Formats: sequence, C-alpha cells, structure tokens
Amino acid sequence: MAEISAGRSRGRRTSIAWWRDERTRGIIWQIVVVAVLCLGVWFIIANMVDNLRRLGIPLGFDFLNAPAGFAISFSIIPTDLNSSIGRVILAGMINTLLASAICIALATILGVIVGICRLSKNYLISRLATAYVETLRNIPLLVQLLFWYVAILQLFPNVRQAINVFDLMFMSNRGVNIPRPIPEEDFGIVLVALAVGIALAIGIASWAHRRQMATGQQFPKGRVGLGLIVGLPLIASLALGNPVSWQVPELTGFNFQGGLVLQPELTALVLGMTAYTASFIAEIVRGGILAVSHGQTEAAYALGLKPGTTLRLVIIPQSLRIIVPPMTSQYLNIVKNTTLAGAIAYPDLFSIVGTSLNQTGRPVENIAIMMVFFLVISILISLFMNWYNRRIALVER
Amino acid sequence: MKHVKTLVAGVALLAGMSTAAQAASTLESVKAAGKLKCGVNSGLAGFAAPNDQGVWAGLDVDLCKAIAAAVLGDANKVEYKPSNAEQRFPLLQSGEVDVLARNTTWSLSRDTQLGFDFRAVNYYDGQGFMVRKDLGITSAKELKGATVCVQEGTTTEKNLGDFDKANNLGTQPVKFKESEQARAAYDEGRCDSYTTDASGLAAERTGLKAPGEHVILPEIISKEPLGPAVRAGDSQWLDIITWVHYAMLVAEEKGITSANVDEVKAKNAEGAEGADAEVQRLLGITDKMGESLGLSRDWAYNVVKQVGNYGESFERNIGKDTPLALERGLNALWTQGGLQYAPPVR
Ligand SMILES: N[C@@H](CCC(=O)N[C@@H](CS)C(=O)NCC(=O)O)C(=O)O
Repeated sequence: MAEISAGRSRGRRTSIAWWRDERTRGIIWQIVVVAVLCLGVWFIIANMVDNLRRLGIPLGFDFLNAPAGFAISFSIIPTDLNSSIGRVILAGMINTLLASAICIALATILGVIVGICRLSKNYLISRLATAYVETLRNIPLLVQLLFWYVAILQLFPNVRQAINVFDLMFMSNRGVNIPRPIPEEDFGIVLVALAVGIALAIGIASWAHRRQMATGQQFPKGRVGLGLIVGLPLIASLALGNPVSWQVPELTGFNFQGGLVLQPELTALVLGMTAYTASFIAEIVRGGILAVSHGQTEAAYALGLKPGTTLRLVIIPQSLRIIVPPMTSQYLNIVKNTTLAGAIAYPDLFSIVGTSLNQTGRPVENIAIMMVFFLVISILISLFMNWYNRRIALVER
Repeated sequence: MKHVKTLVAGVALLAGMSTAAQAASTLESVKAAGKLKCGVNSGLAGFAAPNDQGVWAGLDVDLCKAIAAAVLGDANKVEYKPSNAEQRFPLLQSGEVDVLARNTTWSLSRDTQLGFDFRAVNYYDGQGFMVRKDLGITSAKELKGATVCVQEGTTTEKNLGDFDKANNLGTQPVKFKESEQARAAYDEGRCDSYTTDASGLAAERTGLKAPGEHVILPEIISKEPLGPAVRAGDSQWLDIITWVHYAMLVAEEKGITSANVDEVKAKNAEGAEGADAEVQRLLGITDKMGESLGLSRDWAYNVVKQVGNYGESFERNIGKDTPLALERGLNALWTQGGLQYAPPVR
C-alpha cells in the first residue's frame, strides 16, 4: 500500500508539490504534534524544577529511610512508630491491594447474581434487582461510604457494651473481634495435607474431563474434590490432636486485646464499594446475557439440555466475550476508588501518602510513588483481563 | 504551516507569560488583582467558618481582612480559599493563595522544607486531648492502649507519636481526612479520645452532640504557634503580613479600638500637645512607615478602623463570651504576662 501511494504521488501526479501530498502532510502533522507534546511536558517539568529550586525544596527519595514517627491503625505487615516511611507506604500499598481484591471478588459475585436476577421471570425478584441497580449506581460512592461507616458506628454498641457471642467473638463499633489461631509445632503436617488434597482434586478433575470427552460418562468431580480439600487436612488435624491453639480476645483497659479484629473502616469500605460496583457489574452481565441470541437457548433446549446446564454451558460462555472487556474497567474503578477510603479513616495508600507528604514536605516524590503504583496495578489488571478475554474468545472452527 | 507558527508562538508566549507572572512580587499581584486570596480553614468555629449569614468570620479571617485593609484599603476585598489540613500547603506553594491563615503551626520543617516563611504568631497554642467524662480519667498519661481520633496532614499526628513513645502508651490512632468525620467518629464512640490543638478542641467540642459530657485533659503535649505562612523569598510580603499583626497588637497596647481610632487620630494630630509619638507613627500622622512597607500611609489606620485591634478580634471570635470561651492565657499582651509582643513602630 505504502509503495503504491508513494509511487503514485511521485509518478503519475508529479505536478503536486510535496507539501500538498496527503501522506507527507500527515507525517509532518504527527511530528509537529509529538514535538509540541514533548515541548509541553519538558516545559512543565522544567518549570516545576525551577520553582522548587527557587522555593528551596529539594528533590530525592532519601526521605523514605527516615523513621515515620506516626502510627497507622491497620496494617498486614508489622509497623510501629520506628518503622521507616518507606515501610509505612508499603503497608499502605498492601492495604489498598487488600481492599481492592476483596471488593473485586465480592462485587463480581454480587453483580452476577443481581444481573441474572434482573432477567428473572419472577416479577418480584426482577423488580428488586432493578431497584437495587437504579438506587446504588445513582448515589455518589463517597456518600455511600460515609453512610455505611456511620451506620456501623451507630448500629453497634460501644466497646464496653460489646455484643458477646459465646465469650469467643465480640462485636462493637470498634470492630468484630474473633479468636486468633496460633499454629503449634505439628501444624505444618496439616498444611501438607491441604496441599495434597488440592493436588488430588486437580488431578481428578482433569482425569474426569478426559474421560467424559472420550466416553461421555460424567463423574461428580466437584463434590469429590471439595471432600478431598476439606477432608484430608481435617483428618490430619484430628490425628495430631488439633495442633492449633486459640487466642481469645479480652477487654483490657480501653480496648479488646489479643485475637483478630475486623475494623469498621475496612468493613464499611468493602460494603460500600462492593454494593456500588456490583450495580454496574449487574448491568454489564445483564447486557451480556441479552446479547446472546435467543435461538441459542432454543437450540440447547431442543438438544435436551436442562435450563441450568444451558445457562452454564451455552449462554454464559458466549456472553463472557461481551462481559469481560467492560468488566476490566469496573475492576480498575475499584482500585482507583479505594482512594476515597481516607474519608472513613481506612489507611489506604492515598491517605498514608497524604500524611507522608505533609510530614516530609516532599509532594512531588510522594505523588510520583503513588502514580507509579496505580499505573502498574492498573496495567497488570488490564493485561490479565486481556489475556483472559483472548482465552475465552470464540474459537472459530 | 501557518498553524504551526501560531502554535509555536503560542507556546513561547505561554512560557514567557508564566515566568513573567512569577517574577512579579506578591504585593504587586495582589494590588493588580484588587483582592487578596487568603487560604483559610474549611470550617473551624472561632478561627475560620461561615457564620449564620454565610459570611466568613473568625480570628484567622480577621487577619485576612486586616491584610486586605492594609494593602487594598478595604477589608472586604478578600477571596477566601478554604482547605482541609492536607490540601493547604500545595495551595500556597502553587500560588493559589497569597497568604495561608489557617491555624497552621510554625515549625522548622515547614519553614524550610516546604518553602514557606513564618514570623507572626496570631495564636499561641498546644496540643491537647478530649475524652468523655464517664471514662473517669484525669490525665493523658492514662490513655494506655486507647484509640485516638486524629486528623490527617496535621502536626498532631506526629506529636501523638512522640507523646506515645515518651510515655509508652501504645495508642491506636484512627486518621481522618476531614475534621468533620473525625469529630463524628469520636462522638459515636469509635475513639476514646480526640486530639488536636487545644483551641481546635474547644471549637470542635461545640459541635458534639452533648458538649457537656466531654472534658479537655490538662496536658498540653506540644507547642503549636499558629500563624500566617507565605511563600519563601518575598521578604517585602512577609514584612507586610507580620506588621499587620503587629499593628493590631500595638493598637491594643495603646488602647486604640475600631470605635475610638478616629478620636485617637484627632487627638494625636501633628504637633498636638501630649501626643504619643508611636501612635503618630503607627497611624501615619507623622513619618511614612506605610511607605517603607510598600503600602499607603494610613495602612494601620485602615486595619484598626475596619477590623479592630488584636484584643477586639480575640474577644469577638474566641473569647469568654463566645461558645469557645478561651482565656487570653499565652495570648495576652506581654504587658499582661502573655507572649503577644510587637517590636517598636519606629
Ligand atoms: N496546627 C496544626 C493543626 C491544624 C489543623 O488542621 N487542625 C484541625 C483540627 S483543629 C483543623 O483545623 N481541622 C478543620 C478542618 O480541616 O476543616 C497544624 O498546623 O498542623
């Protein structure tokens, strides 16, 4: 193509000056746009560096090693007042990933259920699902987060009047406290049993699949697999005399000590974000299912497939191709929306970076760290979803 | 090609303009704009909050007004830019505001690393703790293992860390972006204690469901000199901001109020018998103090006439007869045992 058009411009229509040639002009314009863009970016950066120098603000990442001097209320990795700022920021990244992962999983499940319910022939169920979608997707997420947070704080009693469940679990507006399992010596063997159970379940599933392909015979692989995964470690644990002890939470001083605690901040964040995003996912799922031609269902019924099987083997695989791409943007939204968590005191990356930025006076570096983090996570999610999308794409035979 | 030239010219113009705009001094740009962009708290009763008529009022707001009166001759030529604790510094750094009067603590790192300058202190404060009376504690040192609500982006966060370390308390901070949420969560019992500047505690307590059920513990765990901040490197502008505050102090010292300033001015007319030379200099009757600051001769007269002296502003916004009911304490004039001391107007 390129040669032909180039040949044409040089050959037959030599009378046209080069600057009138569509192709040449196209290239020139692209160069100009890129140059202006680069110039613009360079100008912004140079201006910023210049301004920072004039204000006497240094640039550099050495501040990450300094002790933070401030504590955070929730962290998976151990942190304290002496932890470095870098470590506290890392804890924030993990908190963001944790909240995102939980919300992505729950919002997907809830969204699929609501989406299917909207298509239900049962009037009540489909109306309820419609009401859910129309309400939740139209209220700003921040408002919903604050609603859930205040609701939790008001519905649950103060620590001193915590709801006591068999002296094991305590629920108050400081969170839900449950016993913490403490593994003893032989606990490793239970883990090995669990691993063996998982491996066996996978093996049986692939064997059953091959057999069904060859002979058409079915095998209850789901139930057997689950039995292995749960059963083997259970038997091992019983045989070893339960190598786990439990640390039960206890009210000492101002708060419950010991045990694990699910704090109201994380709970409110997960509830709010899951409920909100599920309303969008439900619409995507509904659209995806509706897009599969009704003839497919009829054909499946004609072959004698049951409605459940039809949905699982015929409708869903085809609708997934339509559902997955918009789902990617919902997942990206979840990750980005975690930045609202600071409003309800969940220490996500954005809120910790906010503190760090104030304590260290390094806005540029702190924001850069956060931008790179969100960029990397978003790109990883996109890559994964694109891979998954290709995998499930219709294979034309 | 014509487009390209226009584009290049445009970029060059933009580059030129933005450098030019930054080169102008803050005083000149405020005068050119005809209004002062003042960074204030988004809502802290007594310091900066819209009153029941929706008009900004408070001790910090009065400082904004006084600066506008001194520079522009009109205390109402202020554009208020409210911000939460975290957003305030970028606002000043980027030039969105000309001065930040937002109960901001003057500290070494803010003075140096953030690229700001401080000098005047319009409220000497310190960090305290508020708890529910029924907890039955009388000292902050009893807060072992307590949950404490804090606002993010404040000196408060780190002071709590320091106090915690020194007294081995193991407190659990719960940090909010907005003070509104922090206060609400404390009110609901999410935290045992709420900590911030003592003045802030007095202000926030007025917003609780039952203010009477809460006490502020006696410990003051830090020094929080709150004052206006400006961008570093514009010493004329820093001088103006500082001397506007000092003018309010000197006025109080000399007993000049918004009500009697005209009378005082008349009594101290040039050559008048028994005139006070410092009052004459302050009000621009003799000498040209205003001009050396780059202002008009009656800059301080405008401040006192339109806003009042420091004591008036204090009593009106946070004093005994307000819901905050704060004592003058450290903020009394130096002649009355306080720290508010202005260098001589000479
Ligand atoms: N003086 C401290 C604290 C200033 C501060 O932001 N205090 C809080 C609590 S009193 C506040 O004003 N919050 C009101 C708001 O953000 O709207 C500092 O400069 O960091």
